[in-house]
Amino acid sequence: MSIPLSWFLVLAAALFSIGLYGVLSRRNAIGILMGIELMLNAVNINLVAFWRYIDPVKMTGQIFALFVFTVAAAEVAVGLALVIAIYRNRDTVVVEEIDLLKE
Amino acid sequence: MVPVLVFAAISLVTLGGAIAVVTNKNILHSAYFLVLAFVGVASVYVLLEAPFIAVIQVLIYIGAIAILIIFAIMLTRRLMSKDMEERNQQWIWAALGALLLFGVLGWLVYNANWPVIEAAVPKEPITLMGEELLSTYVVPFEIASVLLLAALVGSILIGREKDQESRSAE
Repeated sequence: MSIPLSWFLVLAAALFSIGLYGVLSRRNAIGILMGIELMLNAVNINLVAFWRYIDPVKMTGQIFALFVFTVAAAEVAVGLALVIAIYRNRDTVVVEEIDLLKE
Repeated sequence: MVPVLVFAAISLVTLGGAIAVVTNKNILHSAYFLVLAFVGVASVYVLLEAPFIAVIQVLIYIGAIAILIIFAIMLTRRLMSKDMEERNQQWIWAALGALLLFGVLGWLVYNANWPVIEAAVPKEPITLMGEELLSTYVVPFEIASVLLLAALVGSILIGREKDQESRSAE
């Protein structure tokens, strides 16, 4: 393999940081969810890269990636249902205006 | 030389798509760039010789999650008009924090001593994965199915339209 492991790890770190920036800076709740998806993808790149470079004989890395997929699918389904429920009740998806607990 | 070029092209697509996702003013265009970033990540899996994970990435992330996000954006779109500010006041701190995190992670990756071994991928990786899923990892496997069921029920319960009586009572 001509590509060193650290390249994949740096790529995943960059993707995770970009996703973190999206989560922290977006005002739209769906934008925040998209940032979370980017972060989960970065984690999955790490898992598969570690599988390929450190223990390719067992499939542990890929199986963990599958579990992350499952959790991501569940998370996005519940998250979007929440966003739509809030939109229906409060007519907004801007997170700064969703401050029910502050009032 | 060729794998390096391929890796560079894939990284460019993935990171470019990801940056467009978090900076684009139009949230719908962000969702389209999210699909591009997912395609890039799927190519990374192919490069890592994990074709099954790449297929799952395309199926679940592009086929389900991205489409679901686009649906949700279209259902709630009216409010995020073009002249509205997409990022909040703390975005500069968010950018600094993300850069700092990237610096720390990069430093760690550079300095860590990874026990890399040179070994070939198993001949039948999917068979092996299925066997491990139903032996070593059978408990998390079952818990994942319970989680999916709970998410299914929960999202229907949360997203469902309230009936007329409870709405007029509010």
